[in-house]
Amino acid sequence: MRIAVLVTYVPDTASTIKVGPSGKAIDEAGIKWIISPYDEFAVEEAIKLKESKGAEVTYITYGPERDQQVLRECFARGGDKGVHVVGTGAAFGDAFAIAQILTAAVKKAGPFDLIFAGVKGVGSDQGLVGAMVAELLDIPHVASVTKIEYGEAGITAWREIEGGQEVVEVSLPCVITAQKGLNEPRYPSLKGIMAAKKMPVESVKVADLGLDEAALGGATCRWVSLALPPAKSAGKIIHGEQDPQAAARELARLLREEAKVI
Amino acid sequence: MAAQTLDLYLVEELYTEEERMVRDAVREWVDERILPHIEQWAWEGRFPRELIPEMASLNLFGATFSEYGLPGLSNVAYGLVMQELERGDSGLRSFVSVQSALVMYPIMTWGSQEQKDRWIPRLAKGEAIGCFGLTEPDFGSNPGAMRTRARRVGNHWVLNGEKAWITNGSIADVAVVWAKDDEGIIRGFLVEKGTPGFETFEHKGKYSLRASVTSQLAFTDCQVPETNRLPGAAGLKCPLSCLTQARYGIAWGALGSALATFHAALDYAKTRKQFGDAPIASHQIIQERLVWMANEITKGQLMVWRLGRLKDEGRASFVQVSQAKRNSCWVARECAKLAREIHGANGVVNEYPVMRHLMNIESVYTYEGTHDMHTLILGEFLTGIPAFMPPREEKKS
Ligand SMILES: Cc1cc2nc3c(=O)[nH]c(=O)nc-3n(C[C@H](O)[C@H](O)[C@H](O)COP(=O)(O)OP(=O)(O)OC[C@H]3O[C@@H](n4cnc5c(N)ncnc54)[C@H](O)[C@@H]3O)c2cc1C
Ligand SMILES: Cc1cc2nc3c(=O)[nH]c(=O)nc-3n(C[C@H](O)[C@H](O)[C@H](O)COP(=O)(O)OP(=O)(O)OC[C@H]3O[C@@H](n4cnc5c(N)ncnc54)[C@H](O)[C@@H]3O)c2cc1C
Repeated sequence: MRIAVLVTYVPDTASTIKVGPSGKAIDEAGIKWIISPYDEFAVEEAIKLKESKGAEVTYITYGPERDQQVLRECFARGGDKGVHVVGTGAAFGDAFAIAQILTAAVKKAGPFDLIFAGVKGVGSDQGLVGAMVAELLDIPHVASVTKIEYGEAGITAWREIEGGQEVVEVSLPCVITAQKGLNEPRYPSLKGIMAAKKMPVESVKVADLGLDEAALGGATCRWVSLALPPAKSAGKIIHGEQDPQAAARELARLLREEAKVI
Repeated sequence: MAAQTLDLYLVEELYTEEERMVRDAVREWVDERILPHIEQWAWEGRFPRELIPEMASLNLFGATFSEYGLPGLSNVAYGLVMQELERGDSGLRSFVSVQSALVMYPIMTWGSQEQKDRWIPRLAKGEAIGCFGLTEPDFGSNPGAMRTRARRVGNHWVLNGEKAWITNGSIADVAVVWAKDDEGIIRGFLVEKGTPGFETFEHKGKYSLRASVTSQLAFTDCQVPETNRLPGAAGLKCPLSCLTQARYGIAWGALGSALATFHAALDYAKTRKQFGDAPIASHQIIQERLVWMANEITKGQLMVWRLGRLKDEGRASFVQVSQAKRNSCWVARECAKLAREIHGANGVVNEYPVMRHLMNIESVYTYEGTHDMHTLILGEFLTGIPAFMPPREEKKS
């Protein structure tokens, strides 16, 4: 069994984000980069299959030079091979461009029986890439998966839907996008970290995949501007010790007239 | 993560990418698995044994060795592991120090092939816990004068004596015990749990390292087979060289404690308001304390980093290790006190980590050679004059 995991490097969710001078991208100075948290579930699922079924796990990422590190961080948890499609960042924010590049990389490194990705990349939060890769490969996909059972011919996947769960049977090969709850991602081991440097990483340029990054990027979607949410104003405290009924009336009035939520 | 904000000197850049990854992995684990519970464990006086399998799967035990599939960390990476663990709790770091530097190290260094094969994999996986018995009730700073005796009888040794203040003592599956033979030579033995004549008693009433087990070991005609003697170990220099390994880790670990109390104090000072609407961080007295802590921590980090690189090159001496252990523990102890002052009354309750660190560091300041002992080691290095034995007038007969 051969498994691909699509992983991406994102700013640490604990970082303080600033908008960069262009107004279209964040200021990357001082940012700590981490494996996108949903990708961690994808990585864990693949490693578990490696451990239980002897699957071979290949991590694939598209991004600038520094993103090779995301592959090292995956290797620190387990896995066999890495493919780094080195890009200029031209396709940044354009899910379709990213999906085309990753599809080409998957075809080059494949074939794979199973492709995992995170349900979305933290930061851009589009939730498109995994499904688009499946379409481009013309294979089925199941999105936002929280549980998987592996059968003889295919797999059964549980996915979260509004107010319930959907159970889907799907044949292989397919794309699964991982949602929180799929598993409990392991911590990297110190041995894994030490071994990570020696793991094989194939570095390819977008052009090597027969694609024109500059032409792809922004063809379907572009980030026009970024802005931080407005600073939260201080809350209002209604004291109710003296006259709770009056306080409740005042609260209801403010919710209706000022906040306009009821 | 708060711990990264203190880096005026870009110390971060002195670590390799791999060393940072190691540090971050342990940091994340401590943040998620230790910090939310540690006040409770310390309050209950309980070592969280249930975490041992997790610690093993992170490869925290014996991490500098590369035999038996161990990770082979650089000494700086190992130091950063100790720093992060002790940023959590000194008791937790003590557990890992003992297992790695005081149990796996002597077995790897002086053990027979059979002893290594039997113990190293199990200790690495956390399936066996180890302890190190050197100190005795009457001999702490001067372990060379120990009373515990080992007498050779046929294929066995018979041990008699007592060890005190032994970390992990009553939970250990194997005790590395140091005892004098009939010729007065100190030898090392692997005494297994359940050996007749070997008993352990937990020290109760500790205000310090409450999330760590400390015990007395008692040997009464305890028979240990010759195959359990560390064949390569003879003389006080052997246990002392174990201590050099452990002290090296403590030099890093204590700075973790200092980082914890410093960051707690910094956060508190920036949010606590007294005398008007300004935070107490706006007072010069408070700033002076914060600056003192940050300054000493930075100097300490540079010292242990240099020591780690020297150790990787095989050029570190026990005197350097003494200096770093002494400095880091002192810095951590002062930081804990200053942080506690800054916390006002909140500094004495377990909603904040400072009182726990303050109490913990008292043990760390004392064990593995007291501050004074390291002063004397450095004093001897500088002057060439050992000052351990108080001068005595010759008795005239
Ligand atoms: C929580 C904890 C865990 C421990 N774990 C272990 C363990 O796992 N294994 C182990 O073997 N031991 C362990 N120890 C013991 C520790 O190493 C000793 O406590 C330490 O070496 C000091 O010895 P002592 O307590 O007997 O103090 P003493 O040696 O009696 O010293 C008392 C005081 O006198 C000072 N002093 C002593 N001699 C001189 C001198 N010549 N000149 C000036 N001042 C001097 C000391 O600095 C100290 O201030 C542990 C201790 C603690 C508290
Ligand atoms: C066990 C215990 C029992 C107590 N019992 C009583 C009691 O019976 N009755 C009672 O009324 N109170 C009691 N207290 C409260 C005690 O008096 C206060 O804790 C003390 O006054 C300090 O106030 P604080 O804790 O709010 O610290 P803070 O005033 O918040 O001080 C925090 C830190 O900021 C420093 N600081 C504050 N202002 C300045 C400034 N202008 N310039 C420089 N530094 C400054 C302080 O020195 C301290 O280091 C008790 C406290 C404890 C711990």
